[in-house]
Amino acid sequence: MNLYGVRAIYLFEMARMKRTLMQSVASPVISTALYFIVFGSAIGNHMGDIHGVSYGAFIIPGLVMLSLLTQSISNASFGIYMPKFTGTIYEVLSAPVSYVEIVMGYVGAATTKSLILGAIILLTARLFVDYQIVHPIWMVVFLVLTSLTFSLFGFIIGIWADGFEKLQLVPLMIITPLVFLGGTFYSIQMLPPFWQTVSLFNPVVYLINGFRWAFFGVSDVHMGVSLAMILIFLTACLGIIGWIFKTGYRLRS
Amino acid sequence: MQPHISVRNLSKVYSGGFTALNQVSLDIHQGEIFALLGPNGAGKTTLISIICGIINATSGSVSVAGFDNVNNYRQARSQIGLVPQELSTDAFESVWNTVTFSRGLFGKPPAPDKIESILRQLSLWDKRNNRIMTLSGGMKRRLMIAKALSHEPRILFLDEPTAGVDVELRKDMWEMVRGLREQGVTIILTTHYIEEAEEMADRIGVIRKGEIILVEDKAALMTQLGRKELRLQLLKPLDALPDALRSGSLSLANNGAELIYTFDTQKSPSGVADLLRTLGELGIGFGDLQTRESSLEDIFVGLVKHPKTTD
Ligand SMILES: Nc1ncnc2c1ncn2[C@@H]1O[C@H](COP(=O)(O)OP(=O)(O)O)[C@@H](O)[C@H]1O
Ligand SMILES: [Mg+2]
Repeated sequence: MNLYGVRAIYLFEMARMKRTLMQSVASPVISTALYFIVFGSAIGNHMGDIHGVSYGAFIIPGLVMLSLLTQSISNASFGIYMPKFTGTIYEVLSAPVSYVEIVMGYVGAATTKSLILGAIILLTARLFVDYQIVHPIWMVVFLVLTSLTFSLFGFIIGIWADGFEKLQLVPLMIITPLVFLGGTFYSIQMLPPFWQTVSLFNPVVYLINGFRWAFFGVSDVHMGVSLAMILIFLTACLGIIGWIFKTGYRLRS
Repeated sequence: MQPHISVRNLSKVYSGGFTALNQVSLDIHQGEIFALLGPNGAGKTTLISIICGIINATSGSVSVAGFDNVNNYRQARSQIGLVPQELSTDAFESVWNTVTFSRGLFGKPPAPDKIESILRQLSLWDKRNNRIMTLSGGMKRRLMIAKALSHEPRILFLDEPTAGVDVELRKDMWEMVRGLREQGVTIILTTHYIEEAEEMADRIGVIRKGEIILVEDKAALMTQLGRKELRLQLLKPLDALPDALRSGSLSLANNGAELIYTFDTQKSPSGVADLLRTLGELGIGFGDLQTRESSLEDIFVGLVKHPKTTD
């Protein structure tokens, strides 16, 4: 195991994130704060409790997920896309590091950053709403698994992308709609039966509900199902990354 | 002795279907400076990239110090430092951090004093805290070298190291390369400048259209193929060559004011003496004379025109 190599990549990525601190922390914090003001306070005051949870608190898990997913994907995809774009990837490819080590470095850094971000958003939320976390350990488990999984997913996107548009396409065109339609702002039980069924095909529904269960002990789907869905997605991402490195897809062509 | 790098039947067909390397076999010896000489697009960068593990070969194999570069990539790659043709750098990183990064990436424990000495040697020490984007082109080139040397490689690849580099830096670079060789580092450089190969290399390989068409000791190459030219400035111009001087190796130039004799020092050691005696007998006087040894360039042009005619 080339641990010095992993450390080099990890520290390099963390340094890059430090340089873009404003953009990577401030903007999700600001947008989350806006959601709380508009949905939590302004509109939320006219909403009844959902599953016995005040509306302002109800949207917290979904808002954290929204930032976590988009930031994990954009950080990790950018982290591997940039060296491809500037050509500095040559050094990583010519170094005695295995693909597991490369992934540990890049994805580890992206995950770390997402976790920091998640913590900051939770603290921000605390300024607006009072909330208790019923299952704190599970909350952390969901937070870590989600950050990791979507950082892996972002890594795949970064390798696949051959232009900046593609890099932004997935977070913007897929993740954001899925999160909004995944029950961030509502319980899917509030939907007509047909749309409830459709929602069950949205993987983000499971993420948000698992996370919400950890917070409040209530959710639309069983937390076991949520956990299983995340693990399936995690495994799929690992499989794809394994294949990418085995074939050299878009890296060692 | 086992070759330091051994390339066997290496081929590369790019995804578009273009064959960049065709059955290349090549041995590089421990501690030599090997120049890979070839025109643009010959496949030099492709060959280096495969040896270093940056791209996958279509077929064939490479071993580095006896380690297969696919199955034992860790041992193979940790021996190699690469200075690529393109100046690709992380614009926002500092000089110090990027060199430290390179060393870590290659699995070496931190050694600030080592990095300091490399940066000093390459006159980058004063710039250690600068962002890379603030460096000049020549400094960036040196930085790439610093990165390649940061993990103390036993093999150094320099892919067209002097492209866009001024005379001063070029001199420093060659000095450094010779110093490295003295420490036993094997050096492979690619170039399409013949003078560079001629000046630096112990051995020269010529690559053309993805095929190695010649590998030879530089000295042997020069004498084997090297031709000399003797130019005599005649006192009285000749209208035509006298019968006694009619041969393939003599010609007139400059409206008959100059007599040119091309000869092979190996094949006709007494050629010059014979010629001068004949001139004396014929009463042809000359005011001055120069000899010129043909350069690798002449050899190279000859090879590229008539490949595989070497004997
Ligand atoms: N990624 C690639 N895809 C397709 N063709 C390539 C690629 N890289 C290089 N080539 C082609 O392969 C040939 C050899 O390129 P290269 O190894 O860079 O030559 P050199 O370094 O000798 O100038 C060139 O004709 C080049 O156009
Ligand atoms: Mg090249």
